[in-house]
Amino acid sequence: MKKRVLALLLTATMILGLTACGGKDTPAADGGADSSQTTTESGTENEDAASTETADGEKILSVQVGPDPETIDPALNSAVDGGNMLLHSFECLLAVDEDGQLIPGQAESWEVSEDGLTWTFHLRDGLKWSDSSDLTAKDFEYSWKRVCDPMVAAPYAETVLGMVEGFSEAITGDLDALQVVAADDKTLVVTLANPCSYFGSLAAFATLSPVQQATVEANGDAWATAAETYISNGPFYISEWVPGSHILMSKNPNYWNADAIKLDGIKWHLIEDDNACLSAYQTGEVMMIKSVPAEEIPSLRENSDFYVDPIIGTYYLSLNTQRAPFDDARVRKALSLAIDRDYVANTLMQGTYSPAYNFMGPGWVDTDGSQFIDNANGGQAYISEDYEANLEEAKQLLADAGYPDGEGFPSIVYSTNDQAYHKVVAEYLQEAWAQLGVDCSVDIVEWASFTPMRRNGDYDSSRNGWVGDYSDPSNMLDLLYSTNGNNDGKFNNAEYDAAMELSRTTLDAAERSQALHTAEDILMEEAGCVPVAYYNDFWLQSDKITGSWHSPYGYWYFMYADIAE
Amino acid sequence: MVSGQCYTMAFCFFILKSDYRKHVGAAFYLFKKGDFSMLKYVVKRILLAIVTIWAVGTLTFFLMNMVPGGPFLSEKAISPQATAALEAKYGLDKPLLQRYFTYITDALKGDFGDSLKQRGRTVMSIIKMKFPVSARVGGISVLVALCLGIPLGCIAALKRGKFLDSLISVLSTCGIAVPSFVVCTLLMYTLGVNLKLLPTMGLTSWKHYIMPVIALAFYPTAYIMRLMRSSMLDVLGQDYMRTAKAKGVAGFWILFKHAMRNAILPVVTYVGPMLAYTVTGSFVVEKIFVIPGLGGEFIGAIGGRDYTLIMGTTIFLATLIIIMNVIVDIVYKLVDPRINLK
Repeated sequence: MKKRVLALLLTATMILGLTACGGKDTPAADGGADSSQTTTESGTENEDAASTETADGEKILSVQVGPDPETIDPALNSAVDGGNMLLHSFECLLAVDEDGQLIPGQAESWEVSEDGLTWTFHLRDGLKWSDSSDLTAKDFEYSWKRVCDPMVAAPYAETVLGMVEGFSEAITGDLDALQVVAADDKTLVVTLANPCSYFGSLAAFATLSPVQQATVEANGDAWATAAETYISNGPFYISEWVPGSHILMSKNPNYWNADAIKLDGIKWHLIEDDNACLSAYQTGEVMMIKSVPAEEIPSLRENSDFYVDPIIGTYYLSLNTQRAPFDDARVRKALSLAIDRDYVANTLMQGTYSPAYNFMGPGWVDTDGSQFIDNANGGQAYISEDYEANLEEAKQLLADAGYPDGEGFPSIVYSTNDQAYHKVVAEYLQEAWAQLGVDCSVDIVEWASFTPMRRNGDYDSSRNGWVGDYSDPSNMLDLLYSTNGNNDGKFNNAEYDAAMELSRTTLDAAERSQALHTAEDILMEEAGCVPVAYYNDFWLQSDKITGSWHSPYGYWYFMYADIAE
Repeated sequence: MVSGQCYTMAFCFFILKSDYRKHVGAAFYLFKKGDFSMLKYVVKRILLAIVTIWAVGTLTFFLMNMVPGGPFLSEKAISPQATAALEAKYGLDKPLLQRYFTYITDALKGDFGDSLKQRGRTVMSIIKMKFPVSARVGGISVLVALCLGIPLGCIAALKRGKFLDSLISVLSTCGIAVPSFVVCTLLMYTLGVNLKLLPTMGLTSWKHYIMPVIALAFYPTAYIMRLMRSSMLDVLGQDYMRTAKAKGVAGFWILFKHAMRNAILPVVTYVGPMLAYTVTGSFVVEKIFVIPGLGGEFIGAIGGRDYTLIMGTTIFLATLIIIMNVIVDIVYKLVDPRINLK
């Protein structure tokens, strides 16, 4: 009998044991963050998260812009959600204002030599890290060289520093070859190998944020995984981080412009599920959510707290130009013209995208600061909005290519991964191309297999997309350059390449602009890819949030925000 | 990849289950031989467990590497130099067999490597950080399931054919048929969004536990109810029950001492693996209620081809299941001395 009692006890302890060990271990995991920097937060931590303003009167803004970022190490990040974190915790030499113009950041001024090769940045007086230690030009020199370090393997190294003198040596390990030099504590001199008119935008790009050498060297890659070692220089610093739950940022008193910061903190809720986001928004636990469930959009659209704003990016199709029949520009153009873009963007995608009649959408900035799209094709869209006429032209083009009414046209495959609207669009394309007599089957490929398949050119036609990193048009037009790693359609056009090369080397703004427009002209004429829709961000944001803005890069600027009573 | 993990898990179960049936079946006929039988048994099971874990690890390792894709892919291609540097850093440029042996030797030393996607975190640190959260929610759920399932199952058996039995049967059918994401969504919609009674996300107070625990305990409760009901019915029809009744043992004691103890065996069998699964977290429940647990890591690791994390989580789960099964066997033996562990 005793044994049976013992057995039941054992069952109970086995369960309790697990529960208890959970209870015991968690404070270390959850609360590891509040050991060093935060004495003030520990009081608020146990409060119910439901209120945006905590009991002791601190003004904390609760928002959601994405799930757990994979990394928030400035050198390693390549994602928009990580970028949002960097934007609020770090500040680069330069910054971008509400109108997309470059403004001084950590540097109070900067100048470019006449040949466009030497950029000199002058840092502000008395700059400090969030741990109160001094920040100098040396820190920038260290951080930029770190981006080139092969042991760091930063994904954006070439994008942001590829034009700096000595980059090719630095990327193989000789970091000191990189011509980024701290002339003194307040001056950073950068020498470029070839002129780069948009280098200012890069100096404001999060990858080039300064990181603190002592912290990074003491902790290795792990420095960017815990609040206590995540030393930053921006308007906020991370005071608590529970992966999978939230990142709490507190106002950085050492920030040079701290007086302009009205919030005491920002709580970034790391929610992945759209419906969970909406519930959290509806209960008031979060005041702004980026992940809005698509099926709810029709009912939310009329609300004043639902926002749609363009970002620089295009949803497009890649046609494998190395395979027949896509090697014929007439075929590519016919397939492009058969798509009713207005229907796709406004009906299928519920207005969360905008129809794309050009490759370069709104938000890309021309060399004179105006909108690139306004100057493209003499101010006219490349593809007409008249769908019926387009369809007729498509049929004619296909007949010219030797496939009247699609006769003799091989059946083709459209590949896509299954996310968001991708499947709906695929089904629509089947229908649209059937009007030309083209038989298309859809192949749904799992995401991690899809990317290499597309990159290897192992497909007929596929979904593709790009969101810009900075607003210079070359950022997206480069995609179609013959040897570009993202040229999935393997578009290879000598004139296009020549135009892009000219845009890289010329110092004359007008000539550069002309070259970029020529490139887009060629691309659209040859249908090197098929633009379908422009990306937008859409989100829900309480009217109580004031002073925040959204940029065409997909970033939300909450640093100067306030919460109205 | 998901199927890859399924295969290895299935393999793991095959070994366990086959072994299981053999000795459980035999156990009913054999009697206790010596005092060392238990010790011998435990040692044997531990050796078998090590082989099983090795097999699970090996299969997972090669299957996941056969699947196309890799950890360093994104919509935006990173430069070939950066990819090469990353692969060199994590040793992915080495031949597969060499990587396998490196992994095994490191794992034997207790080093499960760095996560390839969550830069700067080791696999162990991720499991250490996230498992306790899942274990807490899961452990409470299992307790709730046992506390509700066992009595309700007994009641249903005792009131066989009556209204209460039918009601409990309907409930348990619902519990088994309704998937957890439906339960989660319904709970969240009614209790969270409409009535605003409970917080919908996080785990900061006891209130936060209510909905995830209900959602997680829903299925096991229903399953335990069913198991308990059927085995209780079985036991109630046994001769010794009649004898006990005839001897005039009071109603409650018959139930508690004679019926329930014997009827609980199938539940014990079920609870072991169920516990292992529940404490390692549910992808769905964690995602919906924003719980920073381990469940999401299983799926996330596979989708992102985070090889080291796939290995780490798979081996962790396999180990846990094996341990649970050994414990269950021991509990079995203690509950029913007729069982001989060999």
